[in-house]
Amino acid sequence: MLMHPVLKLIAQRLALGLLLLFAASVLIFAGTSILPGDVAQSILGQSATPEALANMRRELGLNDPALTRYFAWLGGVLQGDLGTALTNGRDIAESLGGRLKNTLFLAFWAAAISVPLAIFLGLLAVRYKDRWPDKLISAVTLTTISIPEFMIGYVLIYWIAIKWRLFPSVAIINDSMSLGEKLNAIAIPVMVLTLVVLAHMMRMTRAAILNVMQSAYIETAELKGLGMLKIIRKHAFPNAIAPIVNVVMLNLAYLVVGVVVVEVVFAYPGMGQYLVDHVSKRDVPVVQASGLIFAAVYIGLNLVADIVSILANPRLRHPK
Amino acid sequence: MTEPLLKVRGLKIGAIAYPPGERPVAIKIVHGVDFDLEAGKVLGLIGESGAGKSTIGLSAMAYGRGGVEITGGEVWVNGRDILKENLRSLRRLRGAEVTYVSQSAAASFNPAKKIMDQVTEAAIYQNKFSKSEAEERAVELFRKLGLPDPENIGNRYPHQVSGGQLQRCMTALALCPEPDLVVFDEPTTALDVTTQIDVLAAIKEAIAATGVAALYITHDLAVVAQVSDHIMVLQQGKMVEYGTTDQIINAPQEEYTKALVSVRSIRHEEKTPTDTPVLRVENITARYSGTTFDVLKKINVDIHPGQTLAVVGESGSGKSTLARVITGLLPPSDGQITFDGRQLAPALASRPIDDLREMQMIYQMADTAMNPRQTVGTIIGRPLEFYFGLKGKAKQKRIQELLDEIELGDGFQDRYPAELSGGQKQRVCIARALAAKPKLIICDEVTSALDPLVADGILKLLLNLQKIEDVAYLFITHDLATVKAIADSIAVMYQGEVVRYGSKSQVLSPPFDDYTDLLLSSVPEMKIGWLEETIEHRRMESAGN
Repeated sequence: MLMHPVLKLIAQRLALGLLLLFAASVLIFAGTSILPGDVAQSILGQSATPEALANMRRELGLNDPALTRYFAWLGGVLQGDLGTALTNGRDIAESLGGRLKNTLFLAFWAAAISVPLAIFLGLLAVRYKDRWPDKLISAVTLTTISIPEFMIGYVLIYWIAIKWRLFPSVAIINDSMSLGEKLNAIAIPVMVLTLVVLAHMMRMTRAAILNVMQSAYIETAELKGLGMLKIIRKHAFPNAIAPIVNVVMLNLAYLVVGVVVVEVVFAYPGMGQYLVDHVSKRDVPVVQASGLIFAAVYIGLNLVADIVSILANPRLRHPK
Repeated sequence: MTEPLLKVRGLKIGAIAYPPGERPVAIKIVHGVDFDLEAGKVLGLIGESGAGKSTIGLSAMAYGRGGVEITGGEVWVNGRDILKENLRSLRRLRGAEVTYVSQSAAASFNPAKKIMDQVTEAAIYQNKFSKSEAEERAVELFRKLGLPDPENIGNRYPHQVSGGQLQRCMTALALCPEPDLVVFDEPTTALDVTTQIDVLAAIKEAIAATGVAALYITHDLAVVAQVSDHIMVLQQGKMVEYGTTDQIINAPQEEYTKALVSVRSIRHEEKTPTDTPVLRVENITARYSGTTFDVLKKINVDIHPGQTLAVVGESGSGKSTLARVITGLLPPSDGQITFDGRQLAPALASRPIDDLREMQMIYQMADTAMNPRQTVGTIIGRPLEFYFGLKGKAKQKRIQELLDEIELGDGFQDRYPAELSGGQKQRVCIARALAAKPKLIICDEVTSALDPLVADGILKLLLNLQKIEDVAYLFITHDLATVKAIADSIAVMYQGEVVRYGSKSQVLSPPFDDYTDLLLSSVPEMKIGWLEETIEHRRMESAGN
């Protein structure tokens, strides 16, 4: 049967994404397997007897060959069973689920503010190219991306939380809080994340649109008497979507997988902190599960960027 | 007498140039030009590149492309000096009173929007028509311009129609808001010759039907003779001559105009084929990897020593692919090539160095074929070192000889490509090819990017060098006038096949096959009324069938 070429391309991308995820799972498992140190030893402590250690290893299945352990693990993951944490014996899927929800909550609000703001500032910078608004936007966003995020975090805590007392400095949330209370709690971390990701997206938007503005069809629009903002919105932006979506997705991925530092600064109960805790305790199943989820988020978002790029191309959407 | 629609007085236009490694300098592009254009008339602006044609055309919309700026003079449109107006009122002029048709419709249409939306955009935005009125008008224009399926073609995207169709859509775009004046900027230059004639006829009919005035910009005098009432000849930003089309074509006064009218007056007697060809192409079939479509189908041609085979055809006919196969860049899927009595290896990498030396290439874009950071001496000297191991004085002497042969004097050795004109760059490329002492030079559209007079000079040089060096040319071109000027034998290509092949006199004399007939009769002649005659002739022929 003849498939629409766009559907075929998207199906290819999805298949490639799955393959990539599978490869990532292999890497994660191999990486955690060759880590130095002995889980049994770290659970039982230095004073454990050799018999106790051997028992523990058998119990944890550490004596099985790596391939057997990998497929046992992968089979569990595919059925939604991420295993149990070695350190406290709790179900990983359960404790990770809550953490993931918190991380996504923070990432969502940071994205909801930073993405429209970055694109708007990018358009504004193009409209006033090489004049003071463009230079001001560039200077401010470059400054915020150059300062380490923990530094921005502490500066904002000092002014907003301590001096002006507008929002709390610690972003602890739980399920019993209302949406308003939660938003109040994460206000400062959202600001920090926004400042960190803004510059990259804004500058890419600016560059992508300026690139399109060199095209002959922009001159055609100018010679129709259209105003600058209308030209940017109607003729330039639709042709600049693909590169913009790409950089937006990269930054969204960062908001999910790269916010460990911000979570630590604000004591936010997200995935990053959870992962760091368990790495230091050598809790391998938790590290594997977190790694796999991060990989899935990263691959998934980039897949979305690819698909949007395909859909944004009129030549692929409307073949001859 | 009523006020003309467009009145230009003392127009001066300048720009800022950025020469490499030097401070920016202000240059003058147009030095004081005056002309009038009455409502409903067509004025042709003609000249070579750099004459300021497009710049003058765009000044009717008070628009400067890139860093171009109108520095003085007056441009009156409908009784207002538009150079004194601010951007806000200029935006009501552009797209409403004056509209523009560019050379490349393919680049001038937004790829992400439907044709209809773009054609009607200005008319709706300028409040000339409501959306439904504008769309009705667009369909009417599509019909007038002879586009297929005029009711629905607007729903397509630009990439879904052909180049010639898109150029007509661009004309519809310009005519849709009912302007008083349309600036046509080389609207048929980028088209194949068989497409050009139809688009030209469509534009001419649309101008007549709507009664719009037009500035028609082109470098091709034969084309402008078909559409305009008056012609202004420009050279380096100055007016050389102005007159009725009849006077300019049939009784030019100025030397420069005479040269333009009589361009391509090269006479070349065809030579008789020798017994042994220097290159024999037998049954060549080729396709690009990963495709199932044969770009070349069973090609058979010969090139004789010291003679020229012209390969002519439209874009996509396989001309350049044939060159790629002969040079070994694209190994053929079938057939063989014999060069100077020995069989050539299919792939470039497996050919001995002498095979490479004896076959050289010259390209269309001399600009991109040279390293911009090397001097002319280094560029020409490279094949001397590489093939002959020349060094020091011997090399210098040979470089000087080659420069003399291409008629560039002393002092060119130390220049960089950016410091040369288009024609000079192509000459350097010719010298580089000659330096290898080849038996065959493949010339791929070498004069297509050049102005007619400069191209003429290059062709004369190539013919002259052929006499001295006894080198054979495989000359790829889409331009039949060039073919007539230099070929000894001709191969006409169409969709990957050679449809007609033989000596020049055989190929160019009747009876013709259908395609060669179409190709030959589509070349504009420097004769008023040629367009109507040809179109009428074709109508009668098709009615007769």
